[in-house]
Amino acid sequence: MNQARWMVLASEGAGRLWLFLVLLFLYLPILVLAVMGLNDSVHYTLPFTFTTRWYEDLAGNERLLQASVNSVAVALANTLIATTLGTMAALAFARYRFRGRTALQLLLFPPITIPWLIIGTSMLVLFFWTGIGRGLHAMLLGHVALSLPYVIIVVGARLASIGPELGEAAASLGATPFQSLVRVQLPVMAPGIVAAALFAFAVSFDQFVISYFLAPPGVSVLPVEIFSAIRKGFTPEVNAISTIMIVVSMTALLLFARLSKFGGER
Amino acid sequence: MSAVDVRNVSKRYGATTALDRVSLAFPNGSFFALLGPSGSGKTTLLRALAGFVEPDEGMILIDDQDVARIPSFRRNIGMVFQNYALFPHMSVFDNVAFGLTVRRMPRADVRQRVGEILELVRLDGLDQRKPRQLSGGQQQRVALARALVTEPRVLLLDEPLGALDKKLRQDMQGELKRIQRTVGITTIFVTHDQEEALTLSDRIAIIDEGRLIQVGEPGDVYDRPHTRFAASFLGDANFLSGPVRDSGIMVDRVGHIATTSPLPAGDATIAVRPERIRLVACDAATQDNRIEGRVAERVFSGASLTYTVHTDAGPLRVLRQNADGDVIDIGERVALVWLADHSVVVEN
Repeated sequence: MNQARWMVLASEGAGRLWLFLVLLFLYLPILVLAVMGLNDSVHYTLPFTFTTRWYEDLAGNERLLQASVNSVAVALANTLIATTLGTMAALAFARYRFRGRTALQLLLFPPITIPWLIIGTSMLVLFFWTGIGRGLHAMLLGHVALSLPYVIIVVGARLASIGPELGEAAASLGATPFQSLVRVQLPVMAPGIVAAALFAFAVSFDQFVISYFLAPPGVSVLPVEIFSAIRKGFTPEVNAISTIMIVVSMTALLLFARLSKFGGER
Repeated sequence: MSAVDVRNVSKRYGATTALDRVSLAFPNGSFFALLGPSGSGKTTLLRALAGFVEPDEGMILIDDQDVARIPSFRRNIGMVFQNYALFPHMSVFDNVAFGLTVRRMPRADVRQRVGEILELVRLDGLDQRKPRQLSGGQQQRVALARALVTEPRVLLLDEPLGALDKKLRQDMQGELKRIQRTVGITTIFVTHDQEEALTLSDRIAIIDEGRLIQVGEPGDVYDRPHTRFAASFLGDANFLSGPVRDSGIMVDRVGHIATTSPLPAGDATIAVRPERIRLVACDAATQDNRIEGRVAERVFSGASLTYTVHTDAGPLRVLRQNADGDVIDIGERVALVWLADHSVVVEN
């Protein structure tokens, strides 16, 4: 075997090792979390003894289950609302010229960089003043506001790659703007819309700070509930519920990614 | 009768004028080329006809109805886009059927009409393919079929052959002409390719800087260009300038150049096509016009050769058919002769 060939193999091997390390770094904590959810010890001590009792206990844990239901409900509602509004906004930005368009587009970016703590505080203050108050409805409102920039940017990127010609072609063939939207624009935008919906779901489902601020006593979503459980001293039930959530959301994500090729070309 | 009539149409984008009071009548059934360099406004004019650009002023009549403020989808036009703009998520059949289904035509009729038009563009059998599974030429045919199936009043083509390679382009030129003749539809197409304009169209409008420069049949526009721009954009031309003197002009250090065109008072510019000039030996019999010079450059392009001859009037280009294979050497002294008929007076 000559030296050049050996070098290629070596660099390939090094590349694979690096990739493996990256994946390990990403997934090891999650793996530990899942394994500990199946360990009999309340204090997370080894040796490992297999049990499903934390999952069984979970079935009786009203608070955690209710928080999960709330989380999913808010995330789904947020996905629906933010994706619809965001797609409409992205279409407007991409296809129409109007006063203040550039300013509005620029204003989409700062909220992404403003710390959630600050956004959460300002929302709390605003909702208190306006009488919107706290609760799941306030969380939903906050999550929609947070997700919108992501949706607009993701759908906008897809629209930019499509260009205005397809809409023009539809119009030249006699399609009304509505027919053009339903039969041409939306199907072509679909991969972008699906990707944006995933983003919106994730933004809401992962959201802790704003949910925490806007949750009144007794109403909770999963991240908030897990946080308070940790403070009170927790059992591996938290691991169990987390594992279930991770499996569900990753399956959904992989499924969507497979179906939509993640906003790429079909 | 004119199918489409553009009257005094202007369009400005900020400080730039894309169209400057353009008036142009497109006769029924004609194959009309809008020819001009990029940025000349030809595409803006086509888009105004399609309804994608709203003119600031003027009227656009389609069948005597002013459509300038009517949206595209009510204009009954067909358009083929430069990149075809086929709907990527639909099959060939659904693409072509689109214009019929949005008009809520019964299914059976749709099937029949799409079948007929696919046969016309010679794509029968490919109707279940997706656009990305087709070659460039096939995509072009789908776009054409889709635009024609609704039997529009006018067919608009935006640089229709620009995306194809040379061989395919020549084939498609023939196809396009055959289909246009079969359907008999008024067709307007935008191109910056003078050869495409000459071979395809039966009328040419030359557009530059938002203004209409000249309209006419290809032969007329080629033989009688009105301006220096028209002469050099459609074909190649040599220019000679000087004060007007007895049915010709006096060119510095060269002498009298005769023309049969009417001359203005004062100074005039004459255009001569490179292929209208003959290269002869210095002692050969002369024609109406004669300038001597030295061959400075020779470009061989197979069927013909282009010589650049340095004369007292500056470098002049001469095109010579490669009929008998004899080639004039660089440095040789020659005489350039041509008929007064081929001296065309142009505006500067």
